[in-house]
Amino acid sequence: MSQNLETFVKHVCRENGNDAGRMMDICRAVQAEFRCVSPEAMTLIAQECNCDRSQVEGVVSFYHFFSTKKQGEVVIWLCDDVIDEMKGSADVAEALKQELGVDFGQTTTDGKFTLGWTPCMGLPDQAPAAMINEELVTNLTGDKIREMVRELRAGASVKDLVKVPGDGMNADPRLNTMVSNNIRVKGPVIFADIENAVGLKAALAKTPEEVIEEVKTSGLRGRGGAGFSTGLKWMFTRGAEGEQKYIMCNADEGEPGTFKDRIILTECADMVFEGMTIAGYAIGSTEGVLYLRGEYAYMKEYLDSVLEERRDAGLLGKNVAGKEGFDYDIRVQLGAGAYVCGEESALISSCEGTRGDVKTRPPYPAQKGYKGKPTSVNNVETFASVNRIFVNSGQWFSATGSCGSSGTKLLSVSGDCKRPGIYEVPFGMKLIDFLKMCGGEDAIAVQVGGPSGELVNPDAFGRSIEYDDLATGGSMMVFGPGRDVLKVASKFLEFFVEESCGYCTPCRAGNVFIKERLDRIIDGKGDKDDIAYLEQLCNTVKVTSRCGLGQTSPNPVTSTLKNFRGEYESRIQENPDRMELSFDINAELTEAAAITGRMSEHF
Amino acid sequence: MSKPKVATAALSGCFGCHMSILDIDERILDLIEVVDFHKSPINDIKTFTERCAIGIIEGGCCNEENVAVLQDFRKNCDILISFGDCATMGGVPALRNGIPLKECLDEAYIDGPTVHNPNKVVPNDRELPLLLNKVRPCQEIVKIDYSLPGCPPSADTLWEALNALLADKPVDLPYELIKFD
Ligand SMILES: Cc1cc2nc3c(=O)[nH]c(=O)nc-3n(C[C@H](O)[C@H](O)[C@H](O)COP(=O)(O)O)c2cc1C
Ligand code: SF4
Ligand code: SF4
Repeated sequence: MSQNLETFVKHVCRENGNDAGRMMDICRAVQAEFRCVSPEAMTLIAQECNCDRSQVEGVVSFYHFFSTKKQGEVVIWLCDDVIDEMKGSADVAEALKQELGVDFGQTTTDGKFTLGWTPCMGLPDQAPAAMINEELVTNLTGDKIREMVRELRAGASVKDLVKVPGDGMNADPRLNTMVSNNIRVKGPVIFADIENAVGLKAALAKTPEEVIEEVKTSGLRGRGGAGFSTGLKWMFTRGAEGEQKYIMCNADEGEPGTFKDRIILTECADMVFEGMTIAGYAIGSTEGVLYLRGEYAYMKEYLDSVLEERRDAGLLGKNVAGKEGFDYDIRVQLGAGAYVCGEESALISSCEGTRGDVKTRPPYPAQKGYKGKPTSVNNVETFASVNRIFVNSGQWFSATGSCGSSGTKLLSVSGDCKRPGIYEVPFGMKLIDFLKMCGGEDAIAVQVGGPSGELVNPDAFGRSIEYDDLATGGSMMVFGPGRDVLKVASKFLEFFVEESCGYCTPCRAGNVFIKERLDRIIDGKGDKDDIAYLEQLCNTVKVTSRCGLGQTSPNPVTSTLKNFRGEYESRIQENPDRMELSFDINAELTEAAAITGRMSEHF
Repeated sequence: MSKPKVATAALSGCFGCHMSILDIDERILDLIEVVDFHKSPINDIKTFTERCAIGIIEGGCCNEENVAVLQDFRKNCDILISFGDCATMGGVPALRNGIPLKECLDEAYIDGPTVHNPNKVVPNDRELPLLLNKVRPCQEIVKIDYSLPGCPPSADTLWEALNALLADKPVDLPYELIKFD
């Protein structure tokens, strides 16, 4: 066994050039082969890659899908997103526990199955969903998952679970997945017909400066959330000091409720790669990396094959599309389950083979990014839009959408609406019109932009979806009558508590305290001081956290305090005695009572 | 006019915070010009007989008696100060919070390397208050109005805070008094 391990680790490390920068790939391979990255394996990897063992251990302990303890042959990660919960994930969980005879976080005694929870994996429109090894399974019920477990036990492979593949390219043999696209409305930018290489050739006919100018003319702003001008970002990266430069495509798509990048990569992979190639030309780069979240590992082979086709067609490699002197290639880097890796500097750390650590800014990635070189990180949808801009024109692009937010936006909708799925709509659409479109008119609340965004109430349904009003990276979660918005907020805080990288105290500890205090109010054990405490603590976490995760993690509470204040006020108690209502002395004495066999003398 | 009353309590702490109170030295003479000390280990008054303006609490709560005393202070004092890190955050006693209570007792009375206890008896008398599952800082049990950091907070910190409260001014401690590195 350990001989095996040594041979395997040596082999994998060699395949990755004994490069500690490829730690993600190395650990993924070892995890897949041995179902864990054992302490022994970590030592070996460190030796082979000539790096500190702490770097290996840092990586293994950081990412959700790595473990030091041996996992089962089949690992079932059930999605514990709030929408999945609404759609019955508790039943699925119960069925799994019964069928396997173990709890979450455990492995069956025969070593066959491991059960775990994982945050939103981009399937809330077909929830409840789970990831079984690398296969995504959707629209689960207790009965369905039982049947799957039985099949697997009888020797079926995970691929055998796919009986009816999803729509569109999902049925392509390279994907062959039960995941569906659910594209509801197609717009002119992303989902209109497009021919390969047309945009690229149009761009290559210009100078890099002209390309950047054209993107500026289009008014394109980043689709990943922050909404920074793409043209400007490229200009800064192009202008930054350094021979080598990099393009990175952010396909981490970790914001709960967002799944539009999955559909773009499934249906329009060429557009994305073409956008990345144009970007490479514009900033003067020879290499692009697409960082694909670990949950989308099932797409890796497919994306690699699309890249291969593009190389064969001369659209990647030396002298791209016949452009003398422009060499450019792209590789796909897989993540391993960490929301914070969507933050651009953490994404870069992850690509460099370390923990997904956020870096202090400045310097910005445009100055000092991947391997210390100027890097432009852009979202999947941003690159796809770039491709369209060069097929049509910047002018054409800027004519769609609203002032300040040009073009269209893909919205991924889930929750209490009749037609969950993907909508490509022009920027500036009123939320109420959008709700009509997706069949969510009777919503009592809509989470715009995921947990880090804002939970809006019906009074705000007249606002419009654009950067300067209701900004969203694409996540739209609809909550219908009867849903408890404070419980939704608590669930989101649970997500941030899990996903905080732990670097800074306000985020690591603050989110725990926010959730605790919120839960106190939900349980009817709060008073007005707790509301004041929440307001103060949320502000502290927001202004003192190091990165965007902590700076936005209090939003579920601040936005419900603002938009659903009555929900708090109706649950708090009068408290003239000023005792802590949540403190229950009897619950605190259980262990001592059991040990001593006597009752309290004081209470 | 009668002077405002100050009460103090030592809960689950080391008494270091009370020593720090005494560290105000001769200023205690100025203090008793303006306040009377009521229930406190310093004067051994055991029960509240009148309402107090300020209660100063050292230590968090590790057992039911601590809880009872703290709640009694809340009932009888207008302002409660959690004084020192044990009161505010649990401090050293809270180090046991990660370990089940049974294991703590076994280590202390049976298994510890320096323990001689052939009959393996863990003290268990009605007089001994039951321990809480976890050591709790004061603000998890009653409302606390002010927290003074430090292990212990310096005498000057207390002096400044008391003077501000007695003069009905905001408690605005200079940075030097609340900085510890
Ligand atoms: C915690 C956190 C998670 C993020 N996740 C993503 C993500 O999954 N995808 C994404 O494109 N941007 C994400 N971002 C934003 C990126 O940092 C970055 O702004 C974006 O990728 C830039 O691309 P754009 O200009 O095309 O939007 C995240 C930011 C933070 C703070
Ligand atoms: S804010 Fe949170 S996620 Fe960001 S660096 Fe600090 S601990 Fe890490
Ligand atoms: S804070 Fe320090 S000095 Fe005060 S009781 Fe606790 S350990 Fe003792």
